Amino acid sequence: MTRLTIPEPELMTTGHLACPGCGATLVMRYLLKALGPRTIVTIPACCWAVMSGPFPRTALKVPFLDCAFEATGASIQGLRAGLDARGVKDVTVVGFAGDGGTVDIGLQSLSGALERGVDAIYVMYDNEAYMNTGIQRSGATPWGAWTTTTPLGRTKAQEKKDLMAIVTAHHIPYAATASIAFPEDFVRKLERAKSIRGPRFFHVLAPCPPGWKYPPEETVKLARLAVDARIFPLYEVDHGRYRITRRAGKKAAKDYLEDQGRFAHLTDVEISEIQRRVDERWAQLEFLEKATAEVHG
Amino acid sequence: METMMTGNHAQSLAAKLARVQVVAAYPITPQTTIVERIAEMVASGEFPAQFLEVESEHSALQACISAAAVGARTYTATSSQGLLLMHELLHWASGLRVPIVMGVVNRAVAPPWTIYADHTDSIAQRDTGWIQYYAESNQEVLDTVLQAYRLAEDAQVLLPAMVCEDAFYLSHTFEPAEVPDADLVDDFLPPLVYPSTLTVDDPARLGSFMPPDQYMEHRRGIADAMEHAARLIPEVEAEYMRTFGRDHGGALPTYLCDDADAVLVVSGTAAPTARAVARALRADGYRVGVAKLRVFRPFPVAAMRALAAHVPRVAVLDRSFTFGFGGALFQEVRNAVQSPRGGPLVRGFVAGLGGRDLVPATIRGIFLDALAKDEPDVTWAGLREVPG
Repeated sequence: MTRLTIPEPELMTTGHLACPGCGATLVMRYLLKALGPRTIVTIPACCWAVMSGPFPRTALKVPFLDCAFEATGASIQGLRAGLDARGVKDVTVVGFAGDGGTVDIGLQSLSGALERGVDAIYVMYDNEAYMNTGIQRSGATPWGAWTTTTPLGRTKAQEKKDLMAIVTAHHIPYAATASIAFPEDFVRKLERAKSIRGPRFFHVLAPCPPGWKYPPEETVKLARLAVDARIFPLYEVDHGRYRITRRAGKKAAKDYLEDQGRFAHLTDVEISEIQRRVDERWAQLEFLEKATAEVHG
Repeated sequence: METMMTGNHAQSLAAKLARVQVVAAYPITPQTTIVERIAEMVASGEFPAQFLEVESEHSALQACISAAAVGARTYTATSSQGLLLMHELLHWASGLRVPIVMGVVNRAVAPPWTIYADHTDSIAQRDTGWIQYYAESNQEVLDTVLQAYRLAEDAQVLLPAMVCEDAFYLSHTFEPAEVPDADLVDDFLPPLVYPSTLTVDDPARLGSFMPPDQYMEHRRGIADAMEHAARLIPEVEAEYMRTFGRDHGGALPTYLCDDADAVLVVSGTAAPTARAVARALRADGYRVGVAKLRVFRPFPVAAMRALAAHVPRVAVLDRSFTFGFGGALFQEVRNAVQSPRGGPLVRGFVAGLGGRDLVPATIRGIFLDALAKDEPDVTWAGLREVPG
């Protein structure tokens, strides 16, 4: 019998209001399993601000502070400063925000907090559009995707914003991508992050059945395909050193794209173009891994 | 001990005396010297606060809100465009009932760019659920910051508070001010007890989604807290007087009003000028007085009605303009004192915008106009030339 590697205690309750098959619930569940009960979470406007249920209910067994949409970075710094001022040192502060609240409206606040060396963990759960307001395009929406503001005939014509590149440009101690399809990898990275002081950042892909137009039971399968098709590579940047944390299971971009209604209109030529960019990005990542290994010995 | 200080340094010193635990601020003229002085005191160790040099006023207030949510006493300061950028967070602070105190250096709003005094910045925040004090001297700034913490943190109030001072007239002008004894400040201002403090020992959510069957009662709770603050302001003043031997007259201090034919309602640094003009006019045989609107939120309705009960004419000086029928102070005074049984004639005057000096001649003209005309109109006083 193999040993269970995911911590058993549940700090996220049942009875929340998420859609069936919501990837963001699993992001929160694994996050809290890894970080434990001495954690405080601050969440801006996003799906999770609604999913936790209306007052006076909450789906988390840790303290939860709502904050302004564009201010999660400032909120984690305020929480940390307030706790430090009151002598509370052993509580982990977590900012938990969606892609719109991070790569778009919250980017300034995040950048400020990272630059100032905030001692906290920031998790972006990325469902690649403004899902809470009804599937509008964000800076994290991938090229070619349908959303309600990039409808057919005018689908998204720009690349997805590379937030990991922006975050690592702040030279923070730890940044990682993670997937709900690879919880051991996610939990190991969280445990590593918990052992470090200073800013720590996670980019976690959170498949969204109503937004991406696929059956709810395929959430984990799609999360896995995103990694194995190298659309969403798993890697970490630990004190400047890049490490790819999963290489096996090479799938084609087409395998990932064809199961989602938001990409159903793509032509073979367009899918080939996406594959070309995926391969290019993977090669860059492998180069970064090799180069930083040499630099950091 | 009496010391020479600017209004801005009175803010910094008061924050230190209040044993503020977290300061988050972003620089804007003419607020900067408040924050610079705090930075110096934190660096020297005399002010043991967490000091966050955030990247915007918006983040400054969010950081204060989050620090207050885990029970820390917080302070920030801003002005003009910075206060406007905070607008959303002003609602967050009152909605979460966190008793933040903020220094506001009243500066006119751009465009066109200007850095000089007027009250548009804070008057534009009158609907955000913040207590608003307006000071006329550096001593009053210092004392009022301490009073503001005591009021804001009262268990039945728990609302954020602004302590406003006029740009340059106070912010950068040195005056002697008595520095309260630190031990006495500790007696006057015990440590913050924020009842909704988030803690891992008793996990809860602060700021939840609220459906229609609850939201209205939450808003009513803020309104009730504001009314309680109105009742508490005289008590806080009396307690301050007992502790430090000094007060500033509560929410609506009056001067020569008992037998007045006309009273001018003013706020901020216009008040001492208006009193000097009233004295001079009395020497000329005019019975006039001055009421200083020291607290604009909560609006001192009872005190204003008591004043209006024996004064036939009330003139209101607004150092801002809100594009309604008259300035905000005029509207509020008029609303408070008018009734089906009548009430005094209330006239509105807009003056001193964008740092235009409110000189005695302007205020004298306002008094004489208020005594002479019978129409409840709104007049711009001290205009260089009438447009059109």
